[in-house]
Amino acid sequence: MAKAVIDEKFCKGCGLCFTVCGKKLLKAGDKANAKGYYFAVQTEDDKCTACSLCAIICPDAAITVYK
Amino acid sequence: MDVVYKRSGALSDVSTTYCPGCSHGTAFKLIAEISEELDIVNKLVFATPIGCTTFSAPFHKFSTFMSAHGRAPANATGFKRCNPKRPVIVYQGDGDCAAIGTGESIHAAARGEAFTVVMANNQVYGMTGGQMAPTTLTGQKTTTTPNGRSVEACGYPIRMAEQIAQLEAPRFVTRQSLHTPKNILQAKAAIKKALELQINEEAYSFVELLCACPTNWAIEPSGIKEYMEKNVIPYFPLGDLKG
Repeated sequence: MAKAVIDEKFCKGCGLCFTVCGKKLLKAGDKANAKGYYFAVQTEDDKCTACSLCAIICPDAAITVYK
Repeated sequence: MDVVYKRSGALSDVSTTYCPGCSHGTAFKLIAEISEELDIVNKLVFATPIGCTTFSAPFHKFSTFMSAHGRAPANATGFKRCNPKRPVIVYQGDGDCAAIGTGESIHAAARGEAFTVVMANNQVYGMTGGQMAPTTLTGQKTTTTPNGRSVEACGYPIRMAEQIAQLEAPRFVTRQSLHTPKNILQAKAAIKKALELQINEEAYSFVELLCACPTNWAIEPSGIKEYMEKNVIPYFPLGDLKG
């Protein structure tokens, strides 16, 4: 089962990963991190294909992709 | 579960101070990944002048030195001639490379110094609050051109990669963009090629990266792709100009 894990320490909630996810699995979460950004979270990780587009476009290298 | 993609080990465990959506982080990430692939994390020297790039030292594990505004190619010339075995990346912004340091940039390229210049072109002076840069597009609104840049008052934007490409010595000159995953991977391949030419052939190489500055462009990060394709790339065409 593939999944993308967003490290809340690095994520700034810019949302670039939302725009590239073909399955629209990423969205802004309900919780803010220490810097006050609403960091991204992945929903329905069983649909993730581990394509890694979200991790490639992330400017803060906050995403680890597993397969 | 296998890890398909992870944060590069050449980046330090510190969150950058750049704005959300800023492309500087993407560029550092690519350089960090390439340095791991080429096994030069401990050898690579990251030369930064003034600009948002100045803040970069805590965010990666490379050796670094900082220069006065625009003077990084001159300092890097001295460093590289004394330490010819250390790969050097001069990471400059567009205001630094194409305005304040034009002389240093052009003459280091004309001499064919053995380092790689990565120019982050976001069409504004990001660090100081979004003033007009030499690369600011005609009609673009900045804090010093509130009605849009006019050709009558300010002339035309400078295409720096073309300036460098017409010189004899540069071995590889290219312009890439960081607005889509495909372009990011192409930019990574270009930076890697530039570094390999530096290491293997002691050649000068120049990589211009079209970067996004959503804060000073006054757009949401989600609008970067459309803005780039509509406004920036038509004036700054992508591709290899030499080599």
